[in-house]
Amino acid sequence: MATEKETIQFSDSALSKAKEIIGRYPEGKQKSALLPLLHLAQSEFDGWLSPAVMDYVASLLQIKPIEVYEVATFYTMFNLEPVGNHLLEVCRTGPCWLRGAEDIVKRIEQKLNIKVGETTADGKFTLKTVECLGSCGTAPMLQCGATFFENLSEESVEMLIEKLAKQKRSSYLRPTEINVG
Amino acid sequence: MGRQLLLEHIAVPGIETFEVYRKMGGYASVEKALKTMTPDQVTEQVKNSGLRGRGGAGFPAGMKWSFLDRKSDKPRYLVCNADESEPGTFKDRYLMEKIPHLLVEGMITSSYALGAKTSYIYIRGEYMYVLQILEKAIREAYAAGFLGKNILGTDYCLDLYVHPGAGAYICGEETALLESLEGKRGNPRLKPPFPAIAGLYASPTVVNNVETIAAVVPIVNLGGDEYAKVGVGKSTGTKLISASGHINKPGVYEIEMGLPVEEFIYSDQYCGGIWKGRKLKAVVAGGSSVPILPAELILKTAKGEPRLMTYESLAEGGFISGTMLGSGGFIVMDETTCIVRNLWTFARFYHHESCGQCSPCREGTGWMEKVLHRIEHGHGQMSDIDLLVDVAKKIEGNTICPLGDAAAWPVASAIRHFREEFEYHVKYPEKVKNPKHFEEQLLVNR
Repeated sequence: MATEKETIQFSDSALSKAKEIIGRYPEGKQKSALLPLLHLAQSEFDGWLSPAVMDYVASLLQIKPIEVYEVATFYTMFNLEPVGNHLLEVCRTGPCWLRGAEDIVKRIEQKLNIKVGETTADGKFTLKTVECLGSCGTAPMLQCGATFFENLSEESVEMLIEKLAKQKRSSYLRPTEINVG
Repeated sequence: MGRQLLLEHIAVPGIETFEVYRKMGGYASVEKALKTMTPDQVTEQVKNSGLRGRGGAGFPAGMKWSFLDRKSDKPRYLVCNADESEPGTFKDRYLMEKIPHLLVEGMITSSYALGAKTSYIYIRGEYMYVLQILEKAIREAYAAGFLGKNILGTDYCLDLYVHPGAGAYICGEETALLESLEGKRGNPRLKPPFPAIAGLYASPTVVNNVETIAAVVPIVNLGGDEYAKVGVGKSTGTKLISASGHINKPGVYEIEMGLPVEEFIYSDQYCGGIWKGRKLKAVVAGGSSVPILPAELILKTAKGEPRLMTYESLAEGGFISGTMLGSGGFIVMDETTCIVRNLWTFARFYHHESCGQCSPCREGTGWMEKVLHRIEHGHGQMSDIDLLVDVAKKIEGNTICPLGDAAAWPVASAIRHFREEFEYHVKYPEKVKNPKHFEEQLLVNR
């Protein structure tokens, strides 16, 4: 897909950010910048990492594409398929389960008419369940992009979805300012 | 409320800024260490303090520092483990979010002691907004001359960076963390060599938890001996406890080591008792990996002595009737909790998080999840219960890193203390059809 590859290019600001990140690691150890750069790439290119995007990151770091693929497939935060504008990741581990995470998941499924792992037909929302996000004292909770929404109730999560539906893609790097009480 | 050594100023408005933090006495440990102490003297104070690693293992921090290969001509590194992922644990996030300069200060003082010129804070990727809070604090510290070249006019230079992970529990294991920091999959390394000899980029490296590094600040300020006076016996100082589950006041509490568990659960200063006027059923006291204890054994040891929040008291009785302080992730369950379902969520967690390197863990965590799923959903057989015990035994001690043990202990302990509940699921499959079966039964019986 040579033609597609040519179109993959960080914006100027992302490119200078990438260079700054690479500079944090010793000479010859630029591969260390891989995870931060994949976060940056995911944020730049619609919330997921296509093979072409991963190849681009490999070229920036002067490493082999396989070194990017093997890492991108290991870490759960990297989406290897397209996702909706708002990726709702509901924590389902013990402490959140104790406080009603299963009810939250069910309510989102009803509201969006999708099951866990699916994306709405309009491409706005993807629903996933994830493991402990370190927010057990404010359970149940979900993460959307870089924002934690905590102390959720079935009512507040419905309100959250309505508010998110009116917004553009949720940022993976910057928290959004939505208050659902 | 006991003595606060870490969170004393957490409620001061603006404490997340350099200006306010400094006004409240912040960065005094850097001044004291760099201007009046040698690096070895700082390490000596940490040794004297009796500080034990706050990430979960409880290994003496000063001893870990003393293992660092100081003769090597390679650069030395300090890496802060902020990959907080143990279910039930959220204290490091709270500390970094509310009082980020405490960690930055601890990193500078500790890096000086270890002779590190470049240090990293490895933070879990999901804490992206906390990473930005830390980066802002670091920028402020550079601007004020506490980071960068010739700190406070001395010869000491230090650069400090924050590095995000990307969603892998295993990277909380220190050698997996180092692999990840090198841009690789988070597969734990075989030890030896230990990171103190060959860590980041095969250089001498110390990896310490956020809370451990933060504790270096009061240790240097007070002196190690003074710090050691707080707490009980070999459990010195204070500990951040993340309290979650069925309590009235979930949150992070700084306690003096030695606080009775009963007081921690029921006092309004801490958890404020069990929610909805219900009774206590069980507690997982130190993050999901440690053995679960029923109410009677978490409040009192098998000998009938009050259980205290210390490494030793929580471990009293070994794995027969005790548990561990672990990370301080204190998960409380009320009388309606289904122990099997809770355990199934934990087993699912470990299966998901196994890196796949060692077959006992890769396969065993999956089998445990499957067997627990069928018991919980009313499809189990009596023999499944001993099958679980058998699988857990065969994982434990047979893997490169402790994730295998961490997956095995919750299973073994839940069956040890709540075997009748597993049997109930097998005997009465129709009664466990509703996911909230015990809650439903309690409400009907009232």
